[in-house]
Amino acid sequence: MAELKTNNNKEMFATGEELPKAQSKVKEFVKKFVKRKTAVISLIFIIFIILMAVIAPYVVPYAPDQPDYTNLLQGPSTAHIWGTDEFGQDVFSRLMVGGRLSLSCALIATIVGTALGVVLGLIAGFYGGFWDSLIMRCCDVLFAFPDILLAIAVVAIIGQGMVNVMIAVAVFTVPSFARIIRSATLSVKQAPYVEVARSLGCKNSRILFVHVFPGTIQSMIVNFTMRIGTAILAASSLSFLGFGANVTEPDWGAMLSQGRNYLNTAPHMVLFPGILIFLTVLAFNLLGDGLRDTLDPKMN
Amino acid sequence: MSEKLLEVKNLRTEFKRDKSWVTAVNNVSFDINEGEILGLVGESGCGKSVTSLSIMRLLARNSKISNGQVLLKGKNLLEKDNKEIRKIRGREVAMIFQEPMNSLNPCMRVEKQITEAILLHNNFSKEQAHQRAFDVLKSVGIPEPEMTLKSFPHQLSGGMCQRVMIAMAMSCEPELLIADEPTTALDVTIQAQILELMEEIRAKKNTGILMITHDLGVVAEMCNRVVVMYAGRIVEEAPVKELFADSKHPYTQGLIGSVPKLGSGVKSLPSIPGSVPDLSVMPKGCKFAPRCKYAMDICREQEPELHTIDKDGRRRCRCHLLDQNRKEA
Repeated sequence: MAELKTNNNKEMFATGEELPKAQSKVKEFVKKFVKRKTAVISLIFIIFIILMAVIAPYVVPYAPDQPDYTNLLQGPSTAHIWGTDEFGQDVFSRLMVGGRLSLSCALIATIVGTALGVVLGLIAGFYGGFWDSLIMRCCDVLFAFPDILLAIAVVAIIGQGMVNVMIAVAVFTVPSFARIIRSATLSVKQAPYVEVARSLGCKNSRILFVHVFPGTIQSMIVNFTMRIGTAILAASSLSFLGFGANVTEPDWGAMLSQGRNYLNTAPHMVLFPGILIFLTVLAFNLLGDGLRDTLDPKMN
Repeated sequence: MSEKLLEVKNLRTEFKRDKSWVTAVNNVSFDINEGEILGLVGESGCGKSVTSLSIMRLLARNSKISNGQVLLKGKNLLEKDNKEIRKIRGREVAMIFQEPMNSLNPCMRVEKQITEAILLHNNFSKEQAHQRAFDVLKSVGIPEPEMTLKSFPHQLSGGMCQRVMIAMAMSCEPELLIADEPTTALDVTIQAQILELMEEIRAKKNTGILMITHDLGVVAEMCNRVVVMYAGRIVEEAPVKELFADSKHPYTQGLIGSVPKLGSGVKSLPSIPGSVPDLSVMPKGCKFAPRCKYAMDICREQEPELHTIDKDGRRRCRCHLLDQNRKEA
């Protein structure tokens, strides 16, 4: 027995040395991620946009809804760097403040859609049988429609407004997450540790959310990032079509729509919102690509 | 020894394959006393694991237990509803699985995994559960329990993982421990430590252990009695010494004969020809007949019964050869 104890001590030192590994795994990830220049630039851009959305009302040169009737439809100048619109409102200020509406709308819609999709995917994958068929066939139906068309249909049914746009965007976010999580659940639920949990007397619901769910998170991180981009695009499109934000509100899509009337005389009114939407969506997609390449062990 | 802890009577488990049911475990009966280690031996696919999962009612949905009883201290586990069986799992019967590295949740710290069962079955506060986890880790010979509690499974070695698994299984002091090939994935020195640990637990807590294995070395070392299974049936049961000294069934003889012995100088190991029959196309008579060198005509026609073959009723064997000898005598 004494011999056994000394062996144990050797094992202890082995684990002692291994312990810092947990931190270095995060470090390793950061190291790999930093190597992907486009993803890093995208991340910096996204952080900048989010930061602006948070602090914009306090730092922008003009109030977003302050009209200036002496400077209507002015092109970019030192006073108004991105020009003014038909009421003389500063386009730069409006865009920066408008980021709050566009980003929060996209973010909330994506989070709600993800949460719903994850729960449905977990249930479908874990319980299988009837629930699986029901949930996945419903998702197939939603998949059959193009995203925007589906969103327009939803808004057409429940009426316009920012909240309804969020609901519409959330609805078309659900099926892709349900599918991803379902397939991840199918593989995780076969893992021996799930059987161990069951052998210790855990309830199904507990096994599902405590043991299976954390194993599936990794598979959806990338999709989540990319979906935010899609959601911004969809929310802006809906606002552009007049379903979302009120035209007077500083929303990116609404501003684009508003500027369309002055395309010949003041092209800067569509140019800057357009570029901003384009860059933001691109940044989220490139960030998603970067994350996927970093997280996927096959790519290294 | 003392009274019976677990009695399995005429257990029959079937699996659905395509549209028909195939029998994986057929008419299996055995019992375990308190503080006793029963070995369940047989080659892969003979129904050892299915038997253990049937006891715990952990079978997949495409299977059913169509007959039999599993009595734990007189209570039939097969009649319990889901809620009652959950209270028994982990608390009265616990299980150790074969792959320690994969049997711990990689996303969870060891502490959370051990305290999960403790909190589930006891009315403990978090501090009490932590203390119990600490104590139980210490009792399975982990030298720095506090550090181990804080680590993730991938930071532990295979042997440590299996100790943690045993600690999890023992955390609620179950009366019966089912060990499904607990040492298969470990190297030999760690195997010896783990077996010693289990023996220690048995001695201290008087836990009954069902040791499922295909390693006859483990059986010889650990078990009091042995049940040998083949193709879903028990073919022989005997106290461990008698089994190795004087095995009656040709299959058991073949198993024991195929264990390599140090210094025997044999170039190629003796083996049993052929392989386990497929569950859906079982031979008609004795299931072992196609591979048996003593097979007679009757073996191919009629399946032998499992007969008690000694006076104390401690040895059972399923073979026509023995039945014939007995009739002659």
